[in-house]
Amino acid sequence: MTSRTPKPASLSVLVIDENSIRASIIEVGLREAGYDNVTIIDDMNGLARRITEINPDVIVIDIENPNRDMLESIFQISRAVKRPIAMFVDKSDEDSIVAAVDAGVSAYVVDGLKKERVKPILEMAVSRFNAFSRLQRELAEARSALEERKIIDRAKGILMKMRGLSEEEAFALLRQTAMNEKKKIAEIAQSVVTAAGLLM
Amino acid sequence: MVMTMNDSNTSDLAAPPRTADEGSRVVRAGFIPLVDASVLIATAEFGFAEREGIKLDLVKDVSWANVRDRLAFGQFDVAHMLSPMPVASMLGLGSNPSPTITPFSLGRGGNAITLSTRLFERMTATAGLSETAGALENARALAMVIKDMKARGETVPTLAMTYPFSSHNYEFRYWLAAGGIDPECDVKLVVVPPPLTSDALAAGAIDGFCVGAPWNMVASERGVGRIVAAKQDIWPSAPEKVLGMRPDWTESHTETVSRLVVALDAAARWCDRVENHDALAAALADPRYIAAPVQIIRHVLAGEFNLDAKGNRRVIDDYFRFHGGFANYPRPSQALWIYSQMVRWGQAEMSPANARAAASAYRPDLYRTALGGASGPPDADIRIEGDKDGDRFMDGHVFDPAHLADYVSGFAVRSIRPATPGTEDA
Repeated sequence: MTSRTPKPASLSVLVIDENSIRASIIEVGLREAGYDNVTIIDDMNGLARRITEINPDVIVIDIENPNRDMLESIFQISRAVKRPIAMFVDKSDEDSIVAAVDAGVSAYVVDGLKKERVKPILEMAVSRFNAFSRLQRELAEARSALEERKIIDRAKGILMKMRGLSEEEAFALLRQTAMNEKKKIAEIAQSVVTAAGLLM
Repeated sequence: MVMTMNDSNTSDLAAPPRTADEGSRVVRAGFIPLVDASVLIATAEFGFAEREGIKLDLVKDVSWANVRDRLAFGQFDVAHMLSPMPVASMLGLGSNPSPTITPFSLGRGGNAITLSTRLFERMTATAGLSETAGALENARALAMVIKDMKARGETVPTLAMTYPFSSHNYEFRYWLAAGGIDPECDVKLVVVPPPLTSDALAAGAIDGFCVGAPWNMVASERGVGRIVAAKQDIWPSAPEKVLGMRPDWTESHTETVSRLVVALDAAARWCDRVENHDALAAALADPRYIAAPVQIIRHVLAGEFNLDAKGNRRVIDDYFRFHGGFANYPRPSQALWIYSQMVRWGQAEMSPANARAAASAYRPDLYRTALGGASGPPDADIRIEGDKDGDRFMDGHVFDPAHLADYVSGFAVRSIRPATPGTEDA
């Protein structure tokens, strides 16, 4: 893994386009806008693996490229390869770009390849994407932490009731079992709850 | 424009009162070039929109992700969408989930599953499959071939669908699983854009696909593929495409939405009439729309299938249902069935809140507001699906929306990875 976006100028950009003429136009536009770290993929085979290898900060795809849905599917299957996408379109109105930015999403519709526009939009695509991903991750972690606490509390309750333990003793038993079995406390707690459901 | 309609329903021609200023009645609609965009295309092309005072601007697009984003960003007011897309959006699934609802289904049918002729020949050889085998027999034959492939250490088949949240994805998986094939480990499922499916099959990049018309027929007529199942074999009632829109736009354009639904309803009735199919096929074949041979489109509309290039044919009644049988009614129990498949394949979590969100994507209230209270079907919006003759699932399962979790766990083949809370955006 290379380090992520230390300086905006060193942003690594992956252009996906099977049409080599169109891809080179995009590449020239990006280089003129100051992006030197540009990779072009013109073959859709093994796309997920290539994205992992290249590890781009942002993926640029022409809005006319139907393989956009392939990317969507790859992102659906593996979160690890998910990257912000910037799309270029010739005709576009300012409002829709503002709407896209306001929505806090990672896809951008850009007015052509004017170099003064490319840079801020690509940078914003990346920062918005990262912020959105962080938010999602934090939310997922918070939810799963809450779920774990609930299940541990239920397992403690079961142990206290069935084995006449105090709360501390019940938790200590869970923790010791988890250590012995090299599992997470929540997993042991889940087993206790499941077993109790079968036995009671 | 003079309409050539035999519809008795002409009393609704009186202009509805213009209640609020909703701006211009230009409606920008995104679509993907497929025969199931017929109702939308006919609405614009044969004067139905005009009659309701709407100018329908159709914009052709190349990918569902684009359609979704351009609807979200306001570049489109409404869009031709896969029936699971509004459901996914209300569940927060996909890259840029933005709330989307549908007041109108664009019809049923149109999908089919095609396998490469080479794979089909192997199925015939391995399973002794007859030329007239049904969808389930075909799936079981493929299961035998895959077992054989695995035993010999061969690469399992690569099969293509169109989008993670597509009827094609769920129908392909349903068909595979009904035959005893696990879509997660017995095959490799990939996405290929519909117009490229036939070429990808010919080039050997994929071994089969599930896609809408006319692309199955394009592959079978070229002699590169064999059609092994149609949507009707899997579940006849399954909704195919819908008209998606943003809830905020819907609320601020109630009058326009109603007029649009009235126009779409009239166009859908028109599309169902066989005597209009020549005109419809000619319009669809145009480069602005599908850009495919008119003869193929005409056959597709008639449900006449050339299963392969050897002359094996099959006629499927109601291969396309644009209007009849309440095909346009956005039934929430169908949204719930889609949700059940999302849970089955690990895309969504099972929860009452998610079930409510999924059902809220389909808005029969808007349909009835536009077309009158009596326009919808007499039975409940949330009903048991697949329990009547002529409308059964291929594996005989019955979908009771009141017992979603039981329904999902009742499938022998389903995803082993549960959806992780809060990570559905992947």
